[in-house]
Amino acid sequence: MNDSSANTIRWKSGLWHNNAALVQLLGLCPLLAVSNTAINGVALGLATLVTLVVSNTIVSATRHWLIYEVRIPVFVLLISGIVTTIGMLMNAFSYELYLQLGIFIPLIITNCTILARAEAFASRNTVAQSFLDGVSHGVGFALVLIVMGAIRELLGTGTLFSQSDLLFGTLIGEEPLMAFENYRGLLVAVLPPGAFIVLGLLIAGKNLLEQRKHPQHKESVSSEI
Amino acid sequence: MSAKQVSMRDAARLGCYALVTGLVLLLANRFTASTIHRNELQHLNATLTEVLPDSYIDNMLQAKKVAVPDKNRDQSLTVYRGYLNQKPSAVVIQTTAPEGYSGSIDLLIGLTYDGVVTGVRVVKHTETPGLGDDIEIKKSDWILSFNGKGLNSPVNWKVKRDGGDFDQFTGATITPRAVVHEVHQTVEWYKEHRQQIFDRQ
Repeated sequence: MNDSSANTIRWKSGLWHNNAALVQLLGLCPLLAVSNTAINGVALGLATLVTLVVSNTIVSATRHWLIYEVRIPVFVLLISGIVTTIGMLMNAFSYELYLQLGIFIPLIITNCTILARAEAFASRNTVAQSFLDGVSHGVGFALVLIVMGAIRELLGTGTLFSQSDLLFGTLIGEEPLMAFENYRGLLVAVLPPGAFIVLGLLIAGKNLLEQRKHPQHKESVSSEI
Repeated sequence: MSAKQVSMRDAARLGCYALVTGLVLLLANRFTASTIHRNELQHLNATLTEVLPDSYIDNMLQAKKVAVPDKNRDQSLTVYRGYLNQKPSAVVIQTTAPEGYSGSIDLLIGLTYDGVVTGVRVVKHTETPGLGDDIEIKKSDWILSFNGKGLNSPVNWKVKRDGGDFDQFTGATITPRAVVHEVHQTVEWYKEHRQQIFDRQ
């Protein structure tokens, strides 16, 4: 297997076949809690992506030094250290956003995706491959977070990317995109039940696409980690 | 290696990771602490200015912070005292409405020396999005309806459904009721404690 086809497999695995949120159902705690607006999704998605890439890289770089019996505490230690550092940096350099997301940042530690990638991939593969694995799984998770946030915000309040100034300054305008005028809002979408319903629909949609593509499979099968 | 030696080796390795992680956190904290502190002060300052416009005072509110005991609750209230030409001119009181729909609502209330509201802002709350969160200035200008009310004129401190002066929200009465009640309580508390507030060092 040459490099480029291995890279393609990494990308497909993270974005689709082993997507952390839609297939492995890992990281549900931050996924369900923070996907109430699109901009929250973007912010937490980016923070998770950075954490995952840094964690994968460090774990992979020190993998020959790891002792099998104590690897899990070491992973947890590294991940919480990385997340705490990111939280401090956000608090210092993106304070408005930190006010909005601050209480959710420690939630990234509870995202099992990061531990799972450290254990299943980074501790057994080269730094370059682990880096790519972190990027693809991080992007895959972030995309689901953003799509869920966008759907819930659109249904719940009729806006899209409101408060984007917290993240992008005035880059894309202060006013949110109004999808419908005088929309009364579907409250359940921004409440916790809405998170479960939208996630369920997304998973169902993915499985439907898989079945269309491979009609012989009754269920989507994923053996590649 | 004996079992004991293996354990020692594992513990030492884990300790090394812990040491390095701790060191990184220490550096990150050193590096960011002053910026974070400045951010927090700026944020507090901006919120204080929102409830008490600069024209009322000529001192730094944060420098005149005082905790005044309140007999009705366990904690004391935090009060920021404002002065104009060395004379007491205004206060900002930090308080909590305990009876929101889903928990307590933290408020900042600005008052002139005579007990007239210059502004109220919700600092923290967990009310239902889309229903109760109209108490936020970002969502609705309802919170501005307190401005100019206070000890100068008779006010019926209730929501309209209870026969008072303040609007409730469609589908949410408990949240605005709690805020109106707390602002009223605070204004009354200020009337009784004004002397004590400005006498303290």
